[in-house]
Amino acid sequence: MSRIEIKFKSLRETGRKALIPYVTAGDPVAAVTVPLMHDMVKAGADIIELGVPFSDPMADGPVIQKASERALVHGISLHDVFAMVKEFREKDNETPVVLMGYLNPIEVMGYASFAKQAGTAGVDGVLTVDLPPEEGSEFVAELAKYELDPIFLIAPTTTDARIKKLCSAASGFVYYVSVKGVTGAATLDAGAVADKMTAIRKHTDMPVGVGFGIKDAESAANVGAVADAVVVGSVLVNQADLNQDNPEAVSPAICTILTDIRQALDKLVK
Amino acid sequence: MSEQQADYMNMPDERGHFGPYGGRFVSETLMAAIEELTEAYEIAIKDPEFLAEFDHDLQHYVGRPSPLYFAKSWTEKLGGAQIYLKREDLNHTGAHKINNTIGQALLAKRLGKKRIIAETGAGQHGVATATVAARFGMECIVYMGAEDIQRQALNVYRMKLLGAEVVPVTSGSATLKDALNEAMRDWVTNVDTTFYIIGTVAGPHPYPAMVRDFQAIIGREAREQILKQAGRLPDALVACVGGGSNAIGLFYPFLNDTDVKIYGVEAAGDGLETGHHAAPLCAGQPGVLHGNRTYLMEDPNGQIIETHSISAGLDYPGVGPEHAWLKDVGRVEYVAIDDKEALAGFHDLSRIEGILPALESSHALAYVTKLAPTMKKDQIIIVNLSGRGDKDIHTVAASEGIEF
Repeated sequence: MSRIEIKFKSLRETGRKALIPYVTAGDPVAAVTVPLMHDMVKAGADIIELGVPFSDPMADGPVIQKASERALVHGISLHDVFAMVKEFREKDNETPVVLMGYLNPIEVMGYASFAKQAGTAGVDGVLTVDLPPEEGSEFVAELAKYELDPIFLIAPTTTDARIKKLCSAASGFVYYVSVKGVTGAATLDAGAVADKMTAIRKHTDMPVGVGFGIKDAESAANVGAVADAVVVGSVLVNQADLNQDNPEAVSPAICTILTDIRQALDKLVK
Repeated sequence: MSEQQADYMNMPDERGHFGPYGGRFVSETLMAAIEELTEAYEIAIKDPEFLAEFDHDLQHYVGRPSPLYFAKSWTEKLGGAQIYLKREDLNHTGAHKINNTIGQALLAKRLGKKRIIAETGAGQHGVATATVAARFGMECIVYMGAEDIQRQALNVYRMKLLGAEVVPVTSGSATLKDALNEAMRDWVTNVDTTFYIIGTVAGPHPYPAMVRDFQAIIGREAREQILKQAGRLPDALVACVGGGSNAIGLFYPFLNDTDVKIYGVEAAGDGLETGHHAAPLCAGQPGVLHGNRTYLMEDPNGQIIETHSISAGLDYPGVGPEHAWLKDVGRVEYVAIDDKEALAGFHDLSRIEGILPALESSHALAYVTKLAPTMKKDQIIIVNLSGRGDKDIHTVAASEGIEF
């Protein structure tokens, strides 16, 4: 069983919802990331989504764009990201790590080489924003060799036929993008999310995570009531922006927000 | 065409692939809109009513057919092949871009979308989009790199006069690629109401094929005109390649005429050896950006690198996927011309033929000055004069230390 499966199984047994924080690797500096990952686990993170910086993050709003730019100033590459995950694994062999990013750095590295290095480093899943399943079969096959889960996005505009296709291509969990827009743009509509959850669950037994538009404990709790996992990104990454001149302050600031959200999600446990 | 000969005109496949290039690499939110557009385009391109409306607009609004002009003085001066200019600079709005924006605006109308967005580099596509949006009464937002807004103040004001909102993009390198990123972000956010008019033969399927089909009027006319004027097909075609829409427009109807040599001219900027250029086909690697797989300017980690060209319209790190395929199969030869050579081409045509060419087109002209003398006097070159140079006068003046 993969780390992601084990994690969701144990959460389901206790009725808890997964909290998935997103941070960009190497933001604002490389030394922050691994200690931050450990701190986030202590603050209640169940799975960590680690952003791979890219020069042209088309699906991201200004907050995560700037995070990519900060990391790229220091030349953070996929090799650095693998090294961070490997270092994280020295002390934590349970918390799943999902890489989130864009296809081009992976294309340039080569699918086989990427999958091998990611698997060896201790990565569990890979979410590639600009790789729909139609173009992804070769990549998914390489990931499978190292038991890496391909995570696909489902959007408010996704048709029923495509939900079916996406669910059959994905493993680990599926990720519902709750708003039309870029990361950090708008606040989600909890009622619309609930409707889409019903549509998605017709096609899969996999856990469903929801992200884009979760800004605080209240919106997290609203989503947690209908989803299996809550992904929080821009509101955390914004702390790296605010504290970029004082990197030691980044982790405490992010963990304060996470602790709040964790408590709100745990109130949902019956 | 013999049976052994390859068919170069049957691309892309049904999923938008030109060999390994092209495809659809976009976030899930856009997939439904792209599928809707593909369906509308596939119906329209076979619909006599749509095609008649398109042709009518090209004739009466754009002023087509554009002339194929024999540049006698320039030909004599170079002393080699006969040079014909395909005068896309005489189109309404001054470049080939309007052929495509009319086609896409007609599709937007069919889909009931009232809000148009576009990206622009030199501003020519932005002006062509603002023009058709004004004519169809559609709201128009044009994303333009803050850097390019500085370089192309005249076109920015033209767009505003036409009623468009020009949004400066400051992220990344603040040029065309970043304007494209920002337009994609707008599209994701407003996908229900918005039609994205991409200005070149790049982006996710169906854009590369669709824009090519709207621009192929250039080559169809040129083919007919040269047969009428010279009684035979040309020996060579030359066009500049940024994203590559004017080039593919000229080349496509000639692809299966394999006796016609075809040259695509990229921007070598300060010189290919300096790394400061915009020539992904000559000096880049395959990768994925802006919805398609193609040749890109990128670093060893897959980050897109900043490009340089004196011509804002060629200053882009990617290129249309059909060009990537035509390079690999060897049907088109891609070469590069640097800033200085392009400026010389600009001055040559201005002084010898009395035509101010766009700096983009000047790259193609500069290559002709090298190519023509190597050819015989009874041979023929058609070069695409894709746009007029009025917009570039400030840039040319600045290159000579002149300020107004």
